[in-house]
Amino acid sequence: MSLLHLAIISPFLLAVLVPILYKLFKKVHTGWFILPLPLVLFVYFVSFVSATSTSQPIIESFTWIEALGIEFTAKIDGLGLLFALLITGIGTLVILYSIYYLSKDKEKLNTFYVYLLLFMGAMLGVVLSDNLIVLYAFWELTSFSSFLLIGYWYDREKSRYGAQKSMLITVFGGLSMLGGIILLYIMTGTFSISEIIAQSDVIFTHPLFVPALLCILLGAFTKSAQFPFHIWLPDAMEAPTPVSAYLHSATMVKAGIYLVARMSPVFADHALWLWLIAGFGIVTLFWGSFSAVKQTDLKAILAFSTISQLGMIMSLLGIGAAALHFDGIDDKYHTIATTAAVFHLINHATFKGSLFMVVGIVDHETGTRDIRRLGGLMQLMPITFTLAIIGSFSMAGLPPFNGFLSKEMFFTAMTHIIDFNVFQLDTWGILFPVIAWIASVFTFIYSMILVFKTFTGKLQPEKLEKKPHEAPIGMLISPIILASLVIIIGFFPNILSVNIIEPALSAIMPEFLFEVHISFWHGFNLELWMTIGVIVLGTLLYLSLAKWRKIYGLFPEKLALNKAYDQGLLFAQNGSFKMTKMYMNGSIRSYLIYIFAFFIAILSSVLFSQNAFKIDLEHAADVRYYEVLLVAVIVIASVAILFVKSRLTSVILLGTVGYTVALFFVNFRAPDLALTQLVIETISVSLFLLCFYHLPKKRNEERMAFKATNLVISIGVGAVVTLIALSAHSTKLFESISQYYVENTYTEAAGKNMVNVILVDFRGFDTLFEIVVLAIASIGIYAMIKLRMKGAK
Amino acid sequence: MEILMAFVIGILFMCATYLILSKSLLRIIIGTGLLSHGAHLLLLTMGGLKKGAAPLLGEEAPSYTDPLPQALILTAIVISFGVTAFFLVLAYRAYKELGTDNMEKLRGTEGND
Repeated sequence: MSLLHLAIISPFLLAVLVPILYKLFKKVHTGWFILPLPLVLFVYFVSFVSATSTSQPIIESFTWIEALGIEFTAKIDGLGLLFALLITGIGTLVILYSIYYLSKDKEKLNTFYVYLLLFMGAMLGVVLSDNLIVLYAFWELTSFSSFLLIGYWYDREKSRYGAQKSMLITVFGGLSMLGGIILLYIMTGTFSISEIIAQSDVIFTHPLFVPALLCILLGAFTKSAQFPFHIWLPDAMEAPTPVSAYLHSATMVKAGIYLVARMSPVFADHALWLWLIAGFGIVTLFWGSFSAVKQTDLKAILAFSTISQLGMIMSLLGIGAAALHFDGIDDKYHTIATTAAVFHLINHATFKGSLFMVVGIVDHETGTRDIRRLGGLMQLMPITFTLAIIGSFSMAGLPPFNGFLSKEMFFTAMTHIIDFNVFQLDTWGILFPVIAWIASVFTFIYSMILVFKTFTGKLQPEKLEKKPHEAPIGMLISPIILASLVIIIGFFPNILSVNIIEPALSAIMPEFLFEVHISFWHGFNLELWMTIGVIVLGTLLYLSLAKWRKIYGLFPEKLALNKAYDQGLLFAQNGSFKMTKMYMNGSIRSYLIYIFAFFIAILSSVLFSQNAFKIDLEHAADVRYYEVLLVAVIVIASVAILFVKSRLTSVILLGTVGYTVALFFVNFRAPDLALTQLVIETISVSLFLLCFYHLPKKRNEERMAFKATNLVISIGVGAVVTLIALSAHSTKLFESISQYYVENTYTEAAGKNMVNVILVDFRGFDTLFEIVVLAIASIGIYAMIKLRMKGAK
Repeated sequence: MEILMAFVIGILFMCATYLILSKSLLRIIIGTGLLSHGAHLLLLTMGGLKKGAAPLLGEEAPSYTDPLPQALILTAIVISFGVTAFFLVLAYRAYKELGTDNMEKLRGTEGND
């Protein structure tokens, strides 16, 4: 247990205290108690920057589940540190923002901050664990906390729907990832990521390589909302806006990207890895930006924009894998894709975080997020407007903001794909820059919609619930900090490159030595012309939006993925309900049939498969003629019960069987049993006679099919029991412990009747509990006879 | 003798199963009674029959019958009596309250659980 472990679990520890703090200090907004934690953690993680950029990763370990070889190994390298800084840094700003966003009088702040802290700790655990099982546990915890936060306003139906949807999709992916982790364990015998990476040669030739790759990618794609799993993210926007900014834009949805980056050294050599990640990424990039344009809710626009940007980072990571096939140190184009991915990851967190907060302010101050009702807020909310301009222009890839730089790098990476002559990238690769450019045009359009439909045009105060005004300063601090970062990184991109980006890159591609230098001006090259093309065409399309918007109506509703999800869910629910109804039909007889059928099936198959059936005729005791007589009596009596009509006769026949059993006991040298059996049988029969006087005379009619089923099952049970009895007698697996009792009965317990001594001495507690059972039964009997329920007829 | 007993036990189990699957409560209870007889004999047969004198040290025989199954069966006899008695009274009360001893009619229905 080190300080690093303490840092990871500190959010959980604070979460325990939150309800107490909430109760004790009702007058103070609970957020103020939470705020110091991410700030302290951020400063703590900053202290690692010099260490990770110069030396080996820092590894602290302590044993968690020793028997399974699971160690909670915390590891800080460049990649983990980058994410840890994002989680704590954005976390600090989001909590500060939430203090002004959530009213302390109306909201249940205690649960909100418990969930948020739960998420923060889980996310830190995901990015700082070296052990895959620990990573998985934290991974699922992020899904749970996301579920709880989306459903925070659980009285709204849409919140519950969104929460369930995100849970089903991300946990499905998580489970598939667990499958991938187990496959990796089968291949390497370890859960440690570092050790798995060390054995990547072994894994690459293993037949389980492709299944493991697919399982891991499924986990990453569902978490990072890649097409076609992206459908949960727009519905997750039902969460309070600080949550959307934090989980569903800056951190949690990037866990999939983290996983892909983290596992790159293991899988990236394979063509499938490159094509799947780059392919799904680029499709998501296009589909997200295309769908964002038709949205009317500001948060929905941002949700689809996030999907699209995640797709972009994903595709860059995929393309980056191609560099592994070159010695690429001399040619920077080979590594630029991965560099762009990491750089854009940071940039996206800054501009998208600030945009979410801006949208939150608009929602908070006007009461709506619908762009059809908004407009003309520029004069009323000048600071918010400025922030929106900075965020949106950065998102659209315009200079001088940081989004411009990463978008240019993105174009560079995409246009150089055709230079790679591996995995047929030189032929099909041409599609990538084309789709990327089209998607960028749509990105430009929705960025403009976001700003200009909200802040320019005519103010429609009659459609707004509140009278809009500028937000309080506390709410503006966080977006201002993020927007400043957008500009600072835009002008001085290299402040991050040596200390943050390079260490992260060397964690993704350990084979390379990176020297990142991001420059603002490249001259009039292809990338710049592409950006200019995006601006020109984007502006034209934005201005003519009303004319071509109709194409969205052409898309058939039936094919929509959401529809498929809803139908699938309904089908699964109805199907499982019907299936359960089919066998859980409320009839005890059916349940007994299942039990007996299983009894027959399992025992007979085990007898057969284990070759356990055996008959040993030699050690059997001899048969006397009076024993045959007893056998005849018991067989005739018990079979006769099945046929007799009269209830009295069947009770008498049952008594006959019982008394014959007692005679058997006498014959088999069991005097105590015989005595007990005689007494009990007498009482039983009289009890039967007493009760049957009160039971109805009419026997229930049974049809032939009913009887036939009973007959088949009962013959089966009888046959299996006979086989078991024969085998049990004929097989002696080990020496009986009975000899101990025979020898020690007198010396230990001073009794001569072995059976009695066993019952009252050696196994005295058994007998005591037997008496307890009888007492309970008699209390039950007394209650059933004497007590009358109130209102009973 | 054990071989013969194995068949007796099988027949007891068969009859018991058949009765337990029938519709009338009384027959089901008789079935459980038969089932416990079968189980007791099965236990006894598993331990081996007539291996020696009754398990009483007073017999001073060279070998005794296995006492352990006997102790188990003794417990089982008493417990099965308790269960049978409980069943019987349950059937009696169920008939008093519900007016039927037909299992098909006694089954729980939707909204009546």
